[in-house]
Amino acid sequence: MHFKKNFNKSFNILLLRILIIFVFILVSFFIIIPLLPLFLKSFSDNKNNFIGLENFINYIQNPSLTQSFINSLKVAITTTFFSVLIGFIYAYALTRTRLPLKKFFNTFSLFSLYIPPLAVAIGLIYIFGKQGLITQGFFGTIPGFDINLYGFNGIIIGEIFYCFPQALIILVSALNLSDQRLYEAAESLKASPLRKFLTITLPNIKYGLMNSFFICFILSFTDFGVPKVVGGNFNVLATDIYKQVVGQQNFAMGATISIYLLVPSILAFLIDKNFRKNEASLISGKSIPFKPRKNLIVDSIMFIFCSLILILVIGVFSSIVLASLIKIWPYDISLSLQNFRFSNVAGNGYEPYFNTVFMSIYTAIFGTIFVFFTAYLVEKFKPLKKIRMLIYFFSTLPIAIPGLVLGLSYILFFNKPSFSVPFLDFQIFNPFSLLYGTMGILVLANIIHFFTVCFISATTTLKQIDKEFEEVSESLKVPFYKTFLRITIPLSLPTILEIGSYYFVNSMITVSAIIFLYPAKIPVSSVSIVNMDDAGDTASAAAMSTLIVLTSLFVRLIYEFTSRNVSKKSSVWINPLET
Amino acid sequence: MKKLFSFVMGAAVIGTALAPSANAWWWGKKGSEKASITVYTALEDDQIPNYLKSFERDYPNIEVNIVRDSTGIVTAKLLAEAENPQADVVWGLAASSLLVANDRGLIQGYAPKGLSNVKPSFRDPAKKPSWVGIDSWISAFCVNKIEAQKNGLSIPKSWADLTKPEYKGHIVMSNPASSGTGYLSVASRLQNLPSEEDGWNYLDALHKNIAQYMHSGSKPCKAAGKGEYPIGVSFGYRAVKQVNMGQPIEAVFPKEGSGWDVEANALIKKDKIKPAAKTFLDWAISPEVSREYAKSFAITAVETDVPLPKGFPSNPEKQLAKNDLQWAAVNRERILAEWAKRYDGKSAPK
Repeated sequence: MHFKKNFNKSFNILLLRILIIFVFILVSFFIIIPLLPLFLKSFSDNKNNFIGLENFINYIQNPSLTQSFINSLKVAITTTFFSVLIGFIYAYALTRTRLPLKKFFNTFSLFSLYIPPLAVAIGLIYIFGKQGLITQGFFGTIPGFDINLYGFNGIIIGEIFYCFPQALIILVSALNLSDQRLYEAAESLKASPLRKFLTITLPNIKYGLMNSFFICFILSFTDFGVPKVVGGNFNVLATDIYKQVVGQQNFAMGATISIYLLVPSILAFLIDKNFRKNEASLISGKSIPFKPRKNLIVDSIMFIFCSLILILVIGVFSSIVLASLIKIWPYDISLSLQNFRFSNVAGNGYEPYFNTVFMSIYTAIFGTIFVFFTAYLVEKFKPLKKIRMLIYFFSTLPIAIPGLVLGLSYILFFNKPSFSVPFLDFQIFNPFSLLYGTMGILVLANIIHFFTVCFISATTTLKQIDKEFEEVSESLKVPFYKTFLRITIPLSLPTILEIGSYYFVNSMITVSAIIFLYPAKIPVSSVSIVNMDDAGDTASAAAMSTLIVLTSLFVRLIYEFTSRNVSKKSSVWINPLET
Repeated sequence: MKKLFSFVMGAAVIGTALAPSANAWWWGKKGSEKASITVYTALEDDQIPNYLKSFERDYPNIEVNIVRDSTGIVTAKLLAEAENPQADVVWGLAASSLLVANDRGLIQGYAPKGLSNVKPSFRDPAKKPSWVGIDSWISAFCVNKIEAQKNGLSIPKSWADLTKPEYKGHIVMSNPASSGTGYLSVASRLQNLPSEEDGWNYLDALHKNIAQYMHSGSKPCKAAGKGEYPIGVSFGYRAVKQVNMGQPIEAVFPKEGSGWDVEANALIKKDKIKPAAKTFLDWAISPEVSREYAKSFAITAVETDVPLPKGFPSNPEKQLAKNDLQWAAVNRERILAEWAKRYDGKSAPK
């Protein structure tokens, strides 16, 4: 008996160690190793001669390039401020108030994330551009108002569209897990609402809050889709990379700029590491879920706020739908459904659309399993601390890697038939090269490209679940995987589903990494949107975008339905929407 | 718990079942009976099916897989795949890009059948040319007639016109650092004024009027078509196409001559060069497909009897300004550095 107990325990730990190492290997091969050849390029010229730090020095000495760095910082700081603020209020309304029509607002909360970036730009141009509805005062019926879209303003609006849903995801998962007992205690001590907010709510979600700051900062610091189309002459680092890599085939300088882009990510990691020292979980086995009470003033303010946000987002979407129906904007405003027949324009009819849907389904399934399991191993166990820290660090990197750079790195790594061993005349077959030219590489690139937000969202949730569960299981000699399946997964189910739908919607719209990787036989719709727009078929591009948005919305509805059923049945306490 | 499992499994099963030929799809359709070649191209998406018709008719046993993207993306992809090239053939990519690829040793010289029909300035002069042109694309202005009238602007007729103060803030052009079309305009100006110094002086004056440098060759014309800005410095095919789409655009070919580049084909160097790749290159300069090119391009590498497409100047060859492709390629890095120093990274003029 005694022997058996020891055996079990050591088997448990052995299994854990193996799993941690396995995940470490996977993460290294998919994130770090593909980046190495590209980063080595930053120390060499385009003929592959080693030139040390010359590229870095050249970059810093060029005044127009350093201006881009400052511009990127400005964009990132402004975007972060507004995105987190909006994301927080919206998330708070969803989780902590009796917001009217909550289900509706919840369903549409990520709506701006469903719209392909190019379509957001089309929409913004139709509304705020020189001929835009608002700029021209709805065809001159009311006084027009020019916000000077092209440049800083346009970038900020576009980036907030893209970033606030990301902050929202993290903050919803942070605000979802809370303990009613704390609020009850505060109440009996006659604490004011402000005091409750400052002493319970904020400290409870500090990881979520901090993470959403980092995510928004890094995303807006590295994004190139928005600045490319509405940035005008306002240069940022990411458009510099585009100019170097795509405009001039200067991979070395592109790689150099990418390294500068990694700086905030590494800083974020270091700060986070310090924060983690004094962490404490908020949810113990005894917690009671928070039940918001009616408060007419708060509820109606929240209702107005959320409505305004949605009106703006839906306004942009409507102008895209309009764009897909109008013949020649703004000169011939007759309507037609012609543009939804993709056969006579660029692309191959509906084939790219279906390819994209399947790619997104695969990404959602495999990505969610991989990311959640990785976060679980990193967050919940004690063995192999250094390796777990490394996995954590690697997992935070992808967000700082522009899709363009990821795509190119993946070509360099996955298109390599074999590796040569240094100093020996010996070649090792690269098994990963089998993935190149298949759907697999697209799915993998998507999983990695969007890994960080999912990983952080999973960690935020896992952090809030008391380690007590694992400790109790251990002392009860229950193997960890049983605890994982019986407690951790059900408790985290809303987050897991959220990650799945996040992966899905992002894979539906992503362009930057995929544009380099998609095989000839697997055209995808986000790329064909770019190509259609390029060929002048703005209307068809808008039509395809509309289709993509509707698909994501449909998936979101399935998600709503599933998560409601699941949370009812697993009878756990998450999801205040039920109250 | 069981429910959860069945949910996850269900999702996985549905995912797999939804893909009818999931396996072939996942792994690519390898090992089909037909010979198949992969073709990288930057030709316009809507033209490709028309061009390919005669190939599909004459060579039903060769399957052509097209990867189409903008010039910059295709070139970057070619260079990144250098170690294990995926493309067999490049079709209709800027000669300036092919010069870069050739410089990195990615191209196998090949003299396609019918090479003698190709005008000498449209090919690499080598016996086995690394690139063989099919058509030429030339810079042009897209001027929105409605917006020009609204703003009281006359239609500019020449490069010199563009520097007039009346156009301040009304002109957009492609950024030469991110677009080949932008670069050919800049390179052409530098080669066609008495000295390069004069060229830069001209660009200084032009810069004062530019509202935006855009990151694509076609975008300035698109912006003009939507009335975002009255004048877009773009390229001929695009301008003519938008006119034909019914947009209020006038295609202006500048008096001093247009900058130009050649869209060309090349054979990719790899261990096993497929015979089908050479067949494709032979076909790609055949008179029949050249006639198709001539329907969209005023200037083709192989002379055809097709009447000039609507909207182009009557003697298109004369429209070409002096241009040394080799010079433009060799000096590219220097010119772009100078250009960026002078004009890039400044805040947008109002």
